[in-house]
Amino acid sequence: MNLTLKIWRQTGPNDKGGLVTYQVSDISPDMSFLEMLDVLNEELNAKGDEPIAFDSDCREGICGMCGLMISGHAHGPERTTTCQLHMRSFKDGETITVEPWRAEAFPIVRDLVVDRGAFDRIIQSGGYISANTGAAPDAHAAPVPKPNADRAFMAAECIGCGACVAACPNASGMLFMGAKITHLGELPQGQPERDARVVSMVNQHDHEGFGGCTNIGACSQACPKGIPQDVISQLNKDLRTALKHGH
Amino acid sequence: MPTTTLSPRGTTARSTTIALKLLMAVTGLVFVGYLLLHMYGNLKALQGEEAFNSYAEHLRTFGEPMLPYGGLLWIVRVVLLLSIVGHAYAAYTLWSRAGSARRTKYAAVKTAATSQWMRWGGTFLLVFIVWHLLHFTIVKISPNADKQGVDVTANPYKLVVASFEVWWMLLIYIAAMVALFMHLMHGVYSAQQTLGWTSSPKAHARARTIGLVVAALIVVGFLIPPLSIAFGLID
Repeated sequence: MNLTLKIWRQTGPNDKGGLVTYQVSDISPDMSFLEMLDVLNEELNAKGDEPIAFDSDCREGICGMCGLMISGHAHGPERTTTCQLHMRSFKDGETITVEPWRAEAFPIVRDLVVDRGAFDRIIQSGGYISANTGAAPDAHAAPVPKPNADRAFMAAECIGCGACVAACPNASGMLFMGAKITHLGELPQGQPERDARVVSMVNQHDHEGFGGCTNIGACSQACPKGIPQDVISQLNKDLRTALKHGH
Repeated sequence: MPTTTLSPRGTTARSTTIALKLLMAVTGLVFVGYLLLHMYGNLKALQGEEAFNSYAEHLRTFGEPMLPYGGLLWIVRVVLLLSIVGHAYAAYTLWSRAGSARRTKYAAVKTAATSQWMRWGGTFLLVFIVWHLLHFTIVKISPNADKQGVDVTANPYKLVVASFEVWWMLLIYIAAMVALFMHLMHGVYSAQQTLGWTSSPKAHARARTIGLVVAALIVVGFLIPPLSIAFGLID
């Protein structure tokens, strides 16, 4: 396959940056998108140019490290992560625009790499269950009904890649937060801190500069794990409950 | 602004963007309730001048002697005024937040039409409401050159008929109803989601259907009297 790539280049956080056009040829349709970028980087290296910086880690779609805006779609045209996207999803001769996630809360580090520390700080502010030290209780000491366990697992699939924020017209992090709120809220262990968790996480989210949710659903469509929009309803419900409890 | 700090302590549920959305949802539902009543009153026009005008007069005498003349109407007006202030305040605050949450736009992203419809459509509706109040309530303007004078403007039924016999007036109201349909279709669904009533896939799908049905019901109900007048079915 021969492709034209328009890739965002930016030398650092304070650089203005811009799209640069590259040509790649003899790309195998079985390559992943990141392998295709590796090929391009090899060529750039050979020419003595700076390679394109992008994030990746496991390359098997489970760590949430990679993430690119590919021709206007977070993680490209398929419902998967960028590392699991294959070049057979594109047409020979196609022009592909590659941009970093765009959100003020995710500042650009370099080229296609953004700093998603804002997500870590949201989790730090309440996305956990405090556990006392000592012997672990028996696994069956706290029974969890099957539907609750299933929903908690579904929400826990979130890998924190940030595609929801990238796809959202308001750059909102509500799907990410909703997934964590639902995950912990469905479990008995999550109950004692439930009100404080949602208030603290949403305040941190707003403090980081993410936008509000307008219930468009672009987040869910972009989510490589298919987290549904109803977790945002759960988040709203938990906040409303906390409000009622005087938080 | 991205930060490296945790948010200051002492923040409350009330200080969040979700609280603003809750304000928008509740005030929006007040409007939906009002629109249903307003639509019912408008449909009285199909029964003729007598039914329509006595309904209008009865709205003013409703609750007498417990309430003064026009008392109920003023209570409704105050509630609506507070609602529109809350609704617009929340909307414009969140709009500006969304703008500053992404300052650099994508080169290749198609913008989601729905949120643009809500914001610009909502702004259009706000302008329309001002016009509509000037037209039928505050000033009572007859745009019909053939039907002028106090016997038209002081008679609600005659003012409605005189107005919708004018083609451009009909167009303004049809445009407003298209905007209202788009606004309600997303807004009614969105309010349910914001209030946390859609926390399962089934409830979520149902909320979308409710949004569509409520929007269609209200808009069709509002369009019947003006179109009946325009096509000469009632006069």
